[in-house]
Amino acid sequence: MDKQPEWLYSDIVKDHFMHPRNLLLDEESFEADGQGVIGNIKCGDEMVVVIKVDKEKNIITDLKWKTYGCASAIASTSALSELAIGKTLSQAYKLSSHDIAKALGGLPEHKIHCSVLGDKALRAAIDDYYTRNGMLDRVKAAKMHIICQCLGITDAEIEQAVLEGARNYYQLQEHTKIGTVCGKCKEKSLELLEKYKAKHFA
Amino acid sequence: MSQQKRKVYLDYNATTPLHPEVQKAMRAAMKYFGNPSSLHEPGRQARKLIEDARKTIASFINAAPEEIIFVGSGSEANNTVINLFSCAGLRTCEMLSLKTVRKEIITTKIEHPCVLESAACMEEQGTKVSYIGVDKYGKIDMHQLKAALSNATALVSVMMANNEIGTIQDIKEISRIVKKAGAFFHTDAVQAVGKIPIDVRELEVDYLSFSAHKIYGPKGIGALYVRKGVVFCPFIRGGHQEKGRRAGTENTLGIIGLAKAIEMRKIEASEEFKRLVRLKKRLKDGIEKNIPDTKFNGHPTDCLPGTLNVSFSGAEGEAILLYLDMEGIAVSTGSACASGSLDPSHVLIATGIPQEQAHGSIRMSLGRDTTVEDIDYVIEKLRRVIKRVRQISSVSTKAKDG
Repeated sequence: MDKQPEWLYSDIVKDHFMHPRNLLLDEESFEADGQGVIGNIKCGDEMVVVIKVDKEKNIITDLKWKTYGCASAIASTSALSELAIGKTLSQAYKLSSHDIAKALGGLPEHKIHCSVLGDKALRAAIDDYYTRNGMLDRVKAAKMHIICQCLGITDAEIEQAVLEGARNYYQLQEHTKIGTVCGKCKEKSLELLEKYKAKHFA
Repeated sequence: MSQQKRKVYLDYNATTPLHPEVQKAMRAAMKYFGNPSSLHEPGRQARKLIEDARKTIASFINAAPEEIIFVGSGSEANNTVINLFSCAGLRTCEMLSLKTVRKEIITTKIEHPCVLESAACMEEQGTKVSYIGVDKYGKIDMHQLKAALSNATALVSVMMANNEIGTIQDIKEISRIVKKAGAFFHTDAVQAVGKIPIDVRELEVDYLSFSAHKIYGPKGIGALYVRKGVVFCPFIRGGHQEKGRRAGTENTLGIIGLAKAIEMRKIEASEEFKRLVRLKKRLKDGIEKNIPDTKFNGHPTDCLPGTLNVSFSGAEGEAILLYLDMEGIAVSTGSACASGSLDPSHVLIATGIPQEQAHGSIRMSLGRDTTVEDIDYVIEKLRRVIKRVRQISSVSTKAKDG
């Protein structure tokens, strides 16, 4: 019999895709302490992340999710859920798309942009928790400016992308997916791209 | 040994398996190694095989043998035609006088990338290119076409049948309009030749591209019909092959494979057409009956017999494709994620469907090995897969909240 050709993704991605962990199945009974929604189905990815928090210890005790998207988007949110449960809010806040990609044993290069939403959905959920509990000083999103309205991408994320190596608009899109829906933010994001390049690498 | 899982290939528009008769013919021809340009016996043997093949292929579309040029692929055929009008006019040739009067190109928004990107490249070099839109079924807008045509139009290129949604254009009517404006007319018939009847004399096309591997022939061989008397300029230069119209030693084996594939089409195509129409109807009805919130893309009647394109709301295409792959079912998708680009299918977007619907689209293309059992298996698996993908999807969650 012919040898099975290799899958596009790693075995870990395949496993998460076939057996998603912590999927939000019973929405009615899940009493979320925070909820984050990120992405836009128009661009092909959208995620909902809900968390439960131990208010004494500030630990995420449970996380459930739903994702509209391709295999790497589904696997990314699944892997994120395993990474986030048991972490303190501040630890979880720092989880990045790189942490997710690493946990998945890597993603194909042209698929990285499909995995950049999970960590943001989690941060949105944590910010929501802070907001609901009157801890507004901790809401980090409030200090950022949303540049891409479609996908909720902030100036801080553009800066982060520049620090991670994005040098032109295409690379910025690969890192953040910015401007891939309506494209109206292109001018502003190009401006910021130049600004952060000058700031960090001039 | 455990029971072998059923394998269902529903991606015949991407490519097809070699017809057993084509395999046989190619195996038998492998011993003819001679260079068809050589004057000695091995060369003459190869030449004879090629010229016989040319006759078979030409007669299938009612062309003369000398009107058929063998090329490497459908993409090469299309590139050749679009690039006819790209030369800067530095050489003294028939193109030069033409170019001074007619410089513009018209094509459509739903062409294959090999046409669109060739056109875009010419645009960058200063050629005016108009892209005609389509209606919700994928039929080109005749008013737009008429409005775009002028005595500056050099070439109009419109595909005969679309690879993604299967919509068949009214080529005869389009050709008539184009001719009236005095322009040359090209049609990319890669998805049409061998599937629907084609007569180049009746259609009055000037250039027509097709390929072997879409009709159970080998990969790496295509053909370009160039009507006698129309302008031509080689895309690949440096050889006298194909009467100086395409350099490079002929792909004897590929040409024999193409001719055999065409011969088999002559015998099988009309029966297959009827069978595929029935199978597609069964698939479409099965999906409609078993899966809610679906929308079919493409023209309901003027459509390739085996092509079915469907959008599932709230489900993303690549995820559907990969879950089906796990079940042994091969389909394709217009979702951006599967292609590695950031944009969903340009064809579906051109028909005016919302982006989210394009992301959730699946193309199933049936062919000569597809059976009723395959179709029933696909309906059942698809039902489960869509249910699964929708269960994971955030879209239903939001709908409930809203």
